[in-house]
Amino acid sequence: MNALAVCRVEGPSSRMPMATPNAGTAGRFEQTVMPHLDAAYNLARWLVRNTHDAEDVVQEACLRAFKFFGGFQGGDARPWLLKIVRNTSYSFLEKNRPAMLSEEFDERVHAQDAPPPDAEATMVRSVESRMLREALEELPVNFREVLVLRELEGLSYKEIAELIGIPIGTVMSSLARGRERLRDALLRARAKEGTRGL
Amino acid sequence: MVCDDNARLLHGYLDGELDLVRSLEIEEHLKICPDCAQELWNQQTLRKAFRSSNLYERAPAGLADRIRGSLALETADASPETGAPASKKAPVITLTSRRATWNWLAVAAAILLMFTVTWRIVPGLSGRGNSDLLTQEIVSSHIRSLQPDHLFDVQSTDQHTVKPWFNGKLDFSPPVRDLAEDGYPLVGGRLDYVDHRAVAALVYQRRQHFINVFIWPEGKGKEEALRMKSVQGYNMIPWEANGMYHCAVSDLNSGELQQFTELLRK
Repeated sequence: MNALAVCRVEGPSSRMPMATPNAGTAGRFEQTVMPHLDAAYNLARWLVRNTHDAEDVVQEACLRAFKFFGGFQGGDARPWLLKIVRNTSYSFLEKNRPAMLSEEFDERVHAQDAPPPDAEATMVRSVESRMLREALEELPVNFREVLVLRELEGLSYKEIAELIGIPIGTVMSSLARGRERLRDALLRARAKEGTRGL
Repeated sequence: MVCDDNARLLHGYLDGELDLVRSLEIEEHLKICPDCAQELWNQQTLRKAFRSSNLYERAPAGLADRIRGSLALETADASPETGAPASKKAPVITLTSRRATWNWLAVAAAILLMFTVTWRIVPGLSGRGNSDLLTQEIVSSHIRSLQPDHLFDVQSTDQHTVKPWFNGKLDFSPPVRDLAEDGYPLVGGRLDYVDHRAVAALVYQRRQHFINVFIWPEGKGKEEALRMKSVQGYNMIPWEANGMYHCAVSDLNSGELQQFTELLRK
């Protein structure tokens, strides 16, 4: 699904198919959508991996959200806004970092990562925030996004499935694969720091 | 290694997303499978790390006001008759709007410059024919339409909203059809200017790709020379139907663009 398709559905209070944004709309938007700005920024920041680009993406996403606000059916505005942020982020990546996007989706590039050094080291004992951040940054974007939506935003499988436009079973597999990669990356990072005598 | 069958379900279990029967099955399995039990422990540790981490990125100070500023500008643009946008934070918004206006002016100036350079230099350098100029013009229009907020004048997925919108704005009535059922939803329309005349631009979407379909009546222009081609990574397919020229442009792959034009011509 795409962000633009959300304008299909009319909101209960919209007079026309495409309600012209006016001061009243602005007030409702301020109350229902703006409180989720942190969530919007968090997702954009993790998808585009750069604070400056994330701000641009969020600003554009909010403008889009405002235009399609007539189609918002009420309920929780957060997943609705996040869906627009996600689409805007991907458009941004497609336009500005196309190589990175296609490479990241290619599993084979990353599937050959070295396994953890030995069987004894398969236990994750403690995880520093810094290591977790680095490991998450390095994940391919499709795994990174489900992890951010689940672990940082606390969305349900159903909400994530709806937001990304994939079946619920795929949400579970993506989380499983993403977390396994994260686990391996953390084990490798710890092994590396260990050999450096840290 | 974790058992393949249960690797996925373990995560559903961890997230509390399994139904009761599945949950009980996993719990039974965890009692007899130390590998899966350890993996669950690992993942619980990972989850705790997420919970206690500082990974959540909060919006920087000032972003909210910048957004309010651009929304106010949007509201003012959309309904000029209502006068100044109503807001309690008028001073902040005025300031930010002005900055936003300057940003837009800068963008407009840059585009103008780009066009001037294209117009002046390209013909001189290569001496290309009129059809190449028209091709370039159409591709430029397509690229410009993808700049933020240039894509639509009228946003709607409803062909009965988009078609009448062109009334009075053009001296012809472009055919407008939604192809949502075929996977190419109509998302809006726009007035554009190609080959020294106002033309209709219909915007369709395929996944994350936009397709512009430029439509204008047959005339004595250079359109006869338009050919199916690929320019700067954009594919272009022109055709003629019911006395009008059509030209579809997109970064979509040529196969799907071909399919799209065939659907549109049906």
